[in-house]
Amino acid sequence: MTKTVIHFENVSKRYQLGEISTGTISRDLSRWWALTRGKADPVSKIGEVLKKNVITEFWALSDISFEIKQGDVLGIIGGNGAGKSTLLKILSRVTKPTTGRIRIRGRIASLLEVGTGFHPDLTGRENIFLNGAILGMRKSEIQNKLDEIVAFAGVELYLDTPVKRYSSGMYVRLAFAVAAHLEPEILVIDEVLAVGDVEFQRKCLDKMKDVSQNEGRTVLFVSHNLTSVKSLCPKSIFLKNGKLEYQGETDLAIKQYLNNFAYNQSEFHFEKIENQEAYFTHLKITDNENQLSNHFSVTDLWQLKIGFQTHYSVSNLVVAVGLLTSDNVLLRNVYSTPFQAEKGNYEAVFTENNIICSPGTYQILISLFINNHVIQNIGEGIFITFEDARPQHSLLNLTNKSLILNQMNVRILPV
Amino acid sequence: MDGVVNQVLTDNPMSDSEEKWDLEIIPYTGLFDINWHELWQYRDLIFLFVRRDVVATYKQTILGPLWFFIQPMLTTLMYVIIFGNMAKISTGGSPKILFYLGGITIWNYFQECLLKTSETFIANQNLFGKVYFPRMVTPISIVISSLLKFFIQFILFLLVWIYFLFQKTAGISPNITMLLFPFYIILMSGLGFSFGILISSLTTRYRDLRFLIQFGIQLLMYATPIVYPLEIASEKYRWLLLLNPITSIVEAFRYAFTGHGNLSYFNLIYSSLFMITSLFFSIIIFNRVEKTFMDKI
Repeated sequence: MTKTVIHFENVSKRYQLGEISTGTISRDLSRWWALTRGKADPVSKIGEVLKKNVITEFWALSDISFEIKQGDVLGIIGGNGAGKSTLLKILSRVTKPTTGRIRIRGRIASLLEVGTGFHPDLTGRENIFLNGAILGMRKSEIQNKLDEIVAFAGVELYLDTPVKRYSSGMYVRLAFAVAAHLEPEILVIDEVLAVGDVEFQRKCLDKMKDVSQNEGRTVLFVSHNLTSVKSLCPKSIFLKNGKLEYQGETDLAIKQYLNNFAYNQSEFHFEKIENQEAYFTHLKITDNENQLSNHFSVTDLWQLKIGFQTHYSVSNLVVAVGLLTSDNVLLRNVYSTPFQAEKGNYEAVFTENNIICSPGTYQILISLFINNHVIQNIGEGIFITFEDARPQHSLLNLTNKSLILNQMNVRILPV
Repeated sequence: MDGVVNQVLTDNPMSDSEEKWDLEIIPYTGLFDINWHELWQYRDLIFLFVRRDVVATYKQTILGPLWFFIQPMLTTLMYVIIFGNMAKISTGGSPKILFYLGGITIWNYFQECLLKTSETFIANQNLFGKVYFPRMVTPISIVISSLLKFFIQFILFLLVWIYFLFQKTAGISPNITMLLFPFYIILMSGLGFSFGILISSLTTRYRDLRFLIQFGIQLLMYATPIVYPLEIASEKYRWLLLLNPITSIVEAFRYAFTGHGNLSYFNLIYSSLFMITSLFFSIIIFNRVEKTFMDKI
């Protein structure tokens, strides 16, 4: 049985809102003196006493309990302010929990921000040692790993150049390389992959996979990039408003996270725009029987009804629809044929009958063109979700991206 | 809050007790719960910080480490002109240059320890907010790098001292109490370090202290016999100067190298006790503040 390496027990963290102290000794003293004599606070503003019941504290985490086993790669997802960073801060001992306790087995190293503790005037080599030591390595360990770190970061030529002359990419690569070669039993990573080029991001992901699968180390990974989380972490936890909403399979955690956004809203109305030839008025997502919904089975037919208004007669008007995956890849892009419109209200209906998307949540983007110029783009907060109708042994489960079901001409011949 | 914590602890009293946990993160730790062992594990970091401070300070400067000498030399010159020649303050029988240079060298060390360690939390809040390491590493490394700087400046003092040693007219007579010199340095380090981390801990709440300390340190210099010898203070008020724990160290240091000055074992014991007490309290306070300052700064 694998050992539990991190054990959170009822961990909560409270932050005080507003002023923590008055900021100067004299005022703190006079406040203290007045309060001990039972007089009114001399520092508070007039009328502030009435607001005694105003919420002055905020629970960034409340009652979080979970366990992580050795070799697990756990993703942590959640919106802004969900408590992800607080969780990592407590775990890396930057701050203390308010209640509860965490027990840890093994050395823990956190990569909360790339290049923490780098000194711009020092050379790459000097910074490797410094950064390694800040992250808890002994000098001899760093010496042993030096070649590997340098090779991974690809900075051989610039090892004796001050890091302030590095490109930001080199900087990040070096910093990640140090942390990744740290050999802690537990590695905590926060959003580092947001930087660096695609190739390096892949290299980082591979390294993290390698670290966890082949070396049996535990990784905690926080990211907004759901694709990275998905490809790296088999399991995830989903935090919402400081509470642990879900713990388990990453796919399900991501689904919950996205559901959180989509609100199941399937009808949208847009603001009127005066000084423009035409503008979108509304968008409805429906099934083929005109029932509003944005949740479909993968094989369902669905349609988009896009309303727009023209202020005067326009020619060459085109309505376009795009479908984006959760990592912003434009998956599908369709256009109406150019259209001559008189002044008035119109509705364009797009019916999907060619393509089946694999299960997941997609963002919908709509655009309005006149004479090949974009007039309006809308895409914020419009989502559509497909669920697999036949979860077991489905052809659709073969791919994570998308599935285009147009038939291709296939000849099957005996050989 | 205490109730909740206790409840958690008693609910699972022995759940994993058969196995060893390396680290336990809990809301409260005792006042005297200072992890010296961990500090020792981070000793390499201390020396890398020292290296960083020394190397980075004079990178991209033309004169480089020569600045270590220029500053005390020019200050000495200034003091010789202003305090020695214009104000005609006695130097207690020592040559003026030697008198001021000695005072400046040892005072600079104390001042640097104090000022730099007093910035620990404010100057490093970015780093401290990202990674954990025993925070004590930072002020300790500052004291060590200041010590290196002090030794370099002390060489300058020694050169001048040797020059006057060969001049019979200079009238300086070094003596056996020079053996106590390392002890004086320890006292100076301890006082600078403890005052520094105490102020650093308090500035996380009270920023006023940062302004206070900037000129406070200058005032303190005049309350220490740096630009004048202790003997010119009148008998009636001398005890006031001696309340300052640095006074006896500076005087004893002068006495060791020049034979002029006031060596009082009683006063040195007072300074030592002062240092031990202030170290004790400042380390406790620092240790307390380092756990929570990220939420307050």
